[in-house]
Amino acid sequence: MNAPDRKAALQGMGDSRLRKEDARFIQGKGNYVDDIKLPGMVHMDIVRSPLAHARIKKINKEKALAIPGVIAVLTADDLKPLKLHWMPTLAGDVAAVLADEKVHFQMQEVAVVLADDRYIAADGVEAVEVEYEELPVVIDPFKALEKDAPVLREDLAGKTEGAHGQRYHHNHIFTWDAGDKEATDAAFKSAPVTVTEKLLYPRVHPCPLETCGAVASFDPVRGELTTYMTSQAPHVVRTVVSMLSGIPESKVRIVSPDIGGGFGNKVGVYPGYVCAIVSSIVLGRPVKWVEDRIENLSSTAFARDYHMTGELAATTDGKILGLRTHVIADHGAFDACADPTKFPAGLFHICSGSYDIPAAHCTVEGVYTNKAPGGVAYRCSFRVTEAVYLIERMVDVLAQKLNMDKAEIRRKNFIRKEQFPYTSAFGFEYDSGDYHTALEKVLDAVDYKSLRAEQAAKRADPNSPTLMGIGLVTFTEVVGAGPTKMCDILGMGMFDSCEIRVHPTGSAIARMGTITQGQGHQTTYAQIIATELGIPSEVIQVEEGDTSTAPYGLGTYGSRSTPVAGAAIAMAARKIHAKAKKLAAHLLEVGENDLEWEIDRFKVKGSSDKFKTMSDIAWAAYNKPPAGMEPGLEAVHYYDPPNFTYPFGIYLCVVDIDKGTGETKIRRFYALDDCGTRINPMIIEGQIHGGLTEGFAVAMGQLLSFDAQGNIQGNTLMDYFLPTAVETPHWETDFTVTPSPHHPIGAKGVAESPHVGSIPTFTSAMVDAFAHLGVTHLEMPHTAYRIWKELKAHGLTH
Amino acid sequence: MSKKIVSMNINGKKVEEAVESRTLLVHFLREKMNLTGAHIGCETSHCGACTVDIDGESVKSCTCFAVQCEGSDIITVEGLAQGGVLHAVQEGFYQEHGLQCGFCTPGMLTRAYRFLQDNPNPTEDEIRVGMSGNLCRCTGYQNIVKAVQYAANKLREDAQKPVTA
Repeated sequence: MNAPDRKAALQGMGDSRLRKEDARFIQGKGNYVDDIKLPGMVHMDIVRSPLAHARIKKINKEKALAIPGVIAVLTADDLKPLKLHWMPTLAGDVAAVLADEKVHFQMQEVAVVLADDRYIAADGVEAVEVEYEELPVVIDPFKALEKDAPVLREDLAGKTEGAHGQRYHHNHIFTWDAGDKEATDAAFKSAPVTVTEKLLYPRVHPCPLETCGAVASFDPVRGELTTYMTSQAPHVVRTVVSMLSGIPESKVRIVSPDIGGGFGNKVGVYPGYVCAIVSSIVLGRPVKWVEDRIENLSSTAFARDYHMTGELAATTDGKILGLRTHVIADHGAFDACADPTKFPAGLFHICSGSYDIPAAHCTVEGVYTNKAPGGVAYRCSFRVTEAVYLIERMVDVLAQKLNMDKAEIRRKNFIRKEQFPYTSAFGFEYDSGDYHTALEKVLDAVDYKSLRAEQAAKRADPNSPTLMGIGLVTFTEVVGAGPTKMCDILGMGMFDSCEIRVHPTGSAIARMGTITQGQGHQTTYAQIIATELGIPSEVIQVEEGDTSTAPYGLGTYGSRSTPVAGAAIAMAARKIHAKAKKLAAHLLEVGENDLEWEIDRFKVKGSSDKFKTMSDIAWAAYNKPPAGMEPGLEAVHYYDPPNFTYPFGIYLCVVDIDKGTGETKIRRFYALDDCGTRINPMIIEGQIHGGLTEGFAVAMGQLLSFDAQGNIQGNTLMDYFLPTAVETPHWETDFTVTPSPHHPIGAKGVAESPHVGSIPTFTSAMVDAFAHLGVTHLEMPHTAYRIWKELKAHGLTH
Repeated sequence: MSKKIVSMNINGKKVEEAVESRTLLVHFLREKMNLTGAHIGCETSHCGACTVDIDGESVKSCTCFAVQCEGSDIITVEGLAQGGVLHAVQEGFYQEHGLQCGFCTPGMLTRAYRFLQDNPNPTEDEIRVGMSGNLCRCTGYQNIVKAVQYAANKLREDAQKPVTA
């Protein structure tokens, strides 16, 4: 075969290789948690609180225990002797495993019922009687901070110091700030133009199609615990389980099998997991727990709930001089955000965006309310979605005030190509970018001028049946957490890992510390190895998710798989490559310096017929290594990234709003993404389609709302908006490639950008439709009813 | 709880089992028949991950009792491939990258299998409406539409091929 054919046969980086995962999924042979059935397995179901804030006066188990097939009912009192009725959260707080004396939110876990099958367990849940004494409920985080607000966390009484510093109020969790307050205040004082806007990023839920669940199996004879669970971070879970249970980590095995979507929902450790594990230890039998959809939407990690105030200071011609922002962050009843330890507001301080802003300061105050805990990164790096929403909205608001075009103001303020690596006012070092080129590519592709002309004509025509809006967002993400000097979870540095073994006959296996939930790791990781080692992707197996076989890693979330684990793969492969070169030199009886690498072989320089393929070399590694060299051909690498990566994108959306009904049609959505080096274009495009669709859902319809009594509204798929194929717009995708200079293969991560970037694009378009009427902001979700009310307010409809 | 004997044809195989009247078809298939392809995503008939084919109609098996299926012909995702050859809808989802996490896929495939028999030559809009009882959180549907179009083309081509002896 000639060189191009040999290269194509590898199906390495850049190839739209079809997915290795698909064969099992299209034939119904996936292996998800609820598919696991162990001998002697019992089922667990959860008794949940109907009230948002109440004291538990009494729990009566008798009627439940009298049901044939009910094996046990456990409450906080049963967990107390094991000290497992409370557990630490990833954010330095504690959370109740089962409600201890008090419930703090509706649907909180109060007791568990164990039974022979899931139907009997559900009968048992109905039969458990709980007497409550109602307490005043606090839903609004601003009211939670009022002087005489009810005390929500009695367990923290008298604690004025939290995990992130001083607490100034009984419902206050932390105040965190970043940037330079003094310089920012000075910039605002002297700036000729300032704008301010209040923005609510409402509470939403990642809602993967598979809910959370676990099958825990404790073997009392061996003292070993195996737990299959829906976890995006199985290794960290193993450490937590070992610390909580006292079982040595070597006897705890956590397996994340196939996962039916995660999107951040499956990062945390939930009471259900803990109760399944404890129940298995108590009973000595395997225990299965799988939550239903209502439980998933009501009690597992929500996202967002940020009440933001944004301010920009600028010159009269639109050069931004300063950014100031303040956030009240509703964290619910327990601080269970999943952020790197040092960052209680995640990486929110990326909120200076793609712009060269000389002075910036942000403050985030975390607050307890009677809502479910969470605050996870829903398909984004930690709080980056909120940050991008803030800056992109504010830049639009400023443009409107100055009567400038949204593209023009962005051009004017972009970090220029030659400024990279660029250190932002918040201290992030942006690795690479070329925003101007990408913006012009998008504006040309959609013929932006014509769109604006069409819009002007429609605005001038009182008989136009529609309002037209154009949204534009030019975002930068910060992903790939992260450098261990800055990022840890429970003290574990956020590195990731890869172990590669090349077998004697030239095939290979790679084991990883991450876990795919649909991203296609088994396909794309193999492509990196194929290019690095010249072994065809087809014969490279990728395994992840089993803590007994995989090297320790921090898992898959925050777009960290490619930036961190992808780098670990390349580095492990390069160790093998270096050894292979020595073997090749030995086999060809030349010096290493006489060799050059070509696709799948080392050849003697200037001599194309003297070569050894990786397959020849693999055999030799096990057959006749040179004197002094260890046999075998394998390597492991733990990669500690030197920096985050900074993918970016330019998104443009055109909407048409029916003046009569308020219904919106997304006429066009054009998404240009730059994720650096592209490993598999087909998979990248698929990830972008999915992220855009999730963004569409958030912007146009998703909302977890609560009434004054703390009743969660809309916690089924009847009410919580998941778009079908009918509502979902058609997506147009495009790309530029600006590799990351510090990443071994230049890749930046992609799957979260479309979610992060699209949400403000929809809002930008909706507001743009009303901008000529003086509207500067509209709160999400942009439902037809809300838009109809806006139309009515402006006399555009009856 | 008392049980009833039900008999049905599942993927061409006759089965007879004692079930409680309250047993949902999806639990019967997954736990009694070990056919774990159909998944449970919502229990309210919204997500369609549990879709199976019953007597020529797409049915959400999470809101149907097993005892209602007495005498029925049921096809699940496990029954789509014949003689080791993938069905056109399976091939379409693979070729067009119509799946990611795979959780909705069995429901999507059984739905597409029925939809294309009802409408062998659909437009894109018809596909979007025809598949709208099945939710996907990963793909944004664009490649699912392509996958169904791929399958439609393949089924039409196969139908035109002369039958060889």
